[in-house]
Amino acid sequence: MQPLLTVNNLSKYYGDLKACDRISFTLYPGQVLGIIGESGSGKSTLLDSIAGHVPFENGIVEYCDRDNNPIDLRTLPEPRRRKLMKTEWGFVRQNPRDGLRMTVTAGANIGERLLDVGERHYGNIRTEALEWLSEVEIPHGRIDDFPSTFSGGMQQRLQLARILVTRPRIVLMDEPTGGLDVSVQARLLDLMRSLVRTLHLSVILVTHDIGVVRLLAHRLMVMQNGQVVESGLTDQVLDDPHHPYTQQLVNATLIP
Amino acid sequence: MTSSSPGSPGSPAPPPIPEPGFNFAYLDEQTKRAIRRAILKGVAIPGHQIPFSSREMPMSYGWGTGGIQVTASVIGQDDTLKVIDQGADDTTNAVNIRRFFKKVCGVATTEKTEEATLIQTRHRIPEKPLKAGQVFVYQVPMPEPLYFIEPSRTEANKMHALEEYGPMYVKLYEDITKFGRISLAYDYPVMVNGRHLMNPSPIPRFDNPKMDMNPALQLFGAGREKRIYAIPPYTQVKSLDFEDHPFSVENWEHPCEFCGATDSYLDEVVIDDQGGRMWICSDTDYCEQRQREQSGSAQKLG
Repeated sequence: MQPLLTVNNLSKYYGDLKACDRISFTLYPGQVLGIIGESGSGKSTLLDSIAGHVPFENGIVEYCDRDNNPIDLRTLPEPRRRKLMKTEWGFVRQNPRDGLRMTVTAGANIGERLLDVGERHYGNIRTEALEWLSEVEIPHGRIDDFPSTFSGGMQQRLQLARILVTRPRIVLMDEPTGGLDVSVQARLLDLMRSLVRTLHLSVILVTHDIGVVRLLAHRLMVMQNGQVVESGLTDQVLDDPHHPYTQQLVNATLIP
Repeated sequence: MTSSSPGSPGSPAPPPIPEPGFNFAYLDEQTKRAIRRAILKGVAIPGHQIPFSSREMPMSYGWGTGGIQVTASVIGQDDTLKVIDQGADDTTNAVNIRRFFKKVCGVATTEKTEEATLIQTRHRIPEKPLKAGQVFVYQVPMPEPLYFIEPSRTEANKMHALEEYGPMYVKLYEDITKFGRISLAYDYPVMVNGRHLMNPSPIPRFDNPKMDMNPALQLFGAGREKRIYAIPPYTQVKSLDFEDHPFSVENWEHPCEFCGATDSYLDEVVIDDQGGRMWICSDTDYCEQRQREQSGSAQKLG
């Protein structure tokens, strides 16, 4: 099987600070890759570099698109990159206020990506929006409400619907469960797990919560000071951590 | 656009004498040239906003300084100027701008749409179709259609460059969701030549279809925002809509109470404090010509 995303020796510096130091990994279709590490370990920067939100100094990020063409994301022209981000990619932000348009209704939030790719039929957009609302377990009656009237968990689920509506193949998530209480987290994780399976999504999931990666991620990378210190199958890494930092991380968790 | 040097005497009807001490059309020749360059760029890329160094004019921003600068740089001695404000030739803004150009150019002015070679407008397109060879200048308060969606000019420029107009449709979606129809009544955004999203200045949506494939050259000047853009003759101009909510224009249950027109844009005028009101054509020239024709034919009949 061909990898969906290949990252080779990606380096990103902020002045003298190495935010990401020669990071390499491959992501296959349907796979969930977890990235854990403490604050400042470079995991969010890595995600932003891959998504093209920030430019990086060295390395190659190669993505294999729907038609099986390899695309070098670093040299991809801006219009094509933006198009790709709206059709085949998705980015879930920790704070739903950054990922949603708070001043337009839930329906319009879901419809935006469809409008971006040229859908011009109001009825179709409406139907699609309702479909995705049920998919993320938001009652249909809330379609014309503003996201600001939603609870934190609902906002996060709406963010998922907004992205998934164009059937992306790869979704990057930056702390999607951060700031939610435990029961809401559990529900969101459950939903994400089933969506990943039914839609055959590939996911890169950045978090500092070991419980989240244990539940969702197939593979795991542990980062410290901009470097990957350990990687492997999630269960393997968490049950038999080799690197001292990983051991510390696993031991520091209340319920591993 | 004809030569802007003062005209030679000897034409059959001597034109009004321009005020001494001013350059022809108030602006200096270099400025006019710079503005004409911006206009040419605008014509070359229909609907695309071209920045220009908007000058101080002898009136405040918001009174049509953009339109006046465009008019001043394209007007020639042999032009006939018409100025309308809300469709009327006799409102303050229209009268003042017409007087201004009479004073600094000494050009002929008219109130008849078909006689004018150059028309400056605020808020309307005349009911009488424009002809090839006419130049139609709009005063624009806000040239950027994406402003209320994307306040950053840099980002908006990028959206124009990449033709990312999805967010504009989000606004229309919201309208239909809230009101069951697109409720924009004026400054209704249009796609020009299938490429650029454009604000048509605050004309009512009623006038939007008149811009499409219009034989006249349409120029837009925004003085405060320092932007010029253009629609060349016979250019496709399409109002944004949804497939299942097509663009439509306003209509009235009443005809004009002065001339009986049923095909023109009507103003609602309150006539007393008892709730009395009447509907009359906003295009005064159109209304008067119709009234004159009717009284003429009535006399013939009598």
